[in-house]
Amino acid sequence: MATIVGGIGTSHIPAIGIAMAKQQCDEPYWRDFFEAYRPVRAWLDEVRPTVAVVVYNDHGLNFFLDKMPTFAVGAASQYRNADEGWGLPTLRPFRGHPELSWHVIEALAAANFDLTTCQEMLVDHGFVVPMQLLWPDTTSWPVRTIPIHVNTVQHPLPTPKRCLDFGEALGHAIESWPGDERVVVLGTGGLSHQLDGRRAGFINKPFDLFCMEKIVDEPELLARYTIRELVRLAGTQGPELVQWLVMRGALGGAVRKLESNYHVPISNTGSGLLLLERAA
Amino acid sequence: MLATMIATYVPSFHPDEHATDIWGTTLFDGRAAQRGYALNKMCYSFNDAANRDAFRHDPDGYCRKYGLDDAQLDAVRRRDVLALIAAGGNIYYLAKLAGIFGLNVQDIGAQQTGRSVEEFREFLRAAGD
Repeated sequence: MATIVGGIGTSHIPAIGIAMAKQQCDEPYWRDFFEAYRPVRAWLDEVRPTVAVVVYNDHGLNFFLDKMPTFAVGAASQYRNADEGWGLPTLRPFRGHPELSWHVIEALAAANFDLTTCQEMLVDHGFVVPMQLLWPDTTSWPVRTIPIHVNTVQHPLPTPKRCLDFGEALGHAIESWPGDERVVVLGTGGLSHQLDGRRAGFINKPFDLFCMEKIVDEPELLARYTIRELVRLAGTQGPELVQWLVMRGALGGAVRKLESNYHVPISNTGSGLLLLERAA
Repeated sequence: MLATMIATYVPSFHPDEHATDIWGTTLFDGRAAQRGYALNKMCYSFNDAANRDAFRHDPDGYCRKYGLDDAQLDAVRRRDVLALIAAGGNIYYLAKLAGIFGLNVQDIGAQQTGRSVEEFREFLRAAGD
């Protein structure tokens, strides 16, 4: 049976991809941020996952506002990124895993989650930046991928509770796959940030640290927030925390924290990094 | 203090989602999405470099092609992000428009908050203290 080897929470800020493209990772602004990914990459080298399920939100590349799915699962053999309009370079395509995708879709539907299924899907920085942060040699991706988009663009958004439950069902779905895949689940985005309005630039470090602590052992506590409360506490883009809750839900019961880092600011954002493994 | 951040569960539906009681903050909900549909659709077209060039060549004509109303057209002309949001613009789509003007999220953060870009960067940095 397929195994979930762990979960990673990571930022997906476009500026990170631009810094990597411009080879600015050793500059003072970036050094500590990128340094924190070293032990996570070492862990990936050691556990060698074969599939990455990447939970993120599309920001206007694949989905326009004419159709905005709440949960959309990729079921393609290949995913490409594309021009988003402001200079992030496009990378080599990502190999999909359509058989596992369809299995996950079937299992999630059986668990009462209504999905949008995508046989073609452009993946934007929300997907691409975490991939290149974790596997910086972008000439050959060592994992096959399944992108999962959770709407955090156009309200109403799914509640944090719904996303934690979705993650739990996702975990069961992956583990009921008869293959020997080794799966890492990435929850991307966040943490606190607000790009729009007179409150632009809002970052809430104490709340971010609180979320990074509680998501380990008490994710259900975070799942009690309403989206509005997350906006108040973490800014208009702060509800991206739900992507992390999907990842945490997929890991199920008790987990062990292997790595944790918080860096502020990266661009306009409080940036979190968390590596979790299931407790034995 | 952290305990006060945990609210008891209440349904999050409010009849007017767009206007919030959070200072300086609006939600991009159905009302905003309807209001800003033409504007956001134009910005979505900027994923394509040829469309960005067409906009640069004739901004007003390009806006009219997408059916922007006067308030939206005026806000685009003035590159006024708060006015674009008031006219239904979604920040992720507006970022594509801002990219054409060579503005990044710190530039538009500075503009919205009435700070210089340097002051805005310092404001962000101070969040880490």
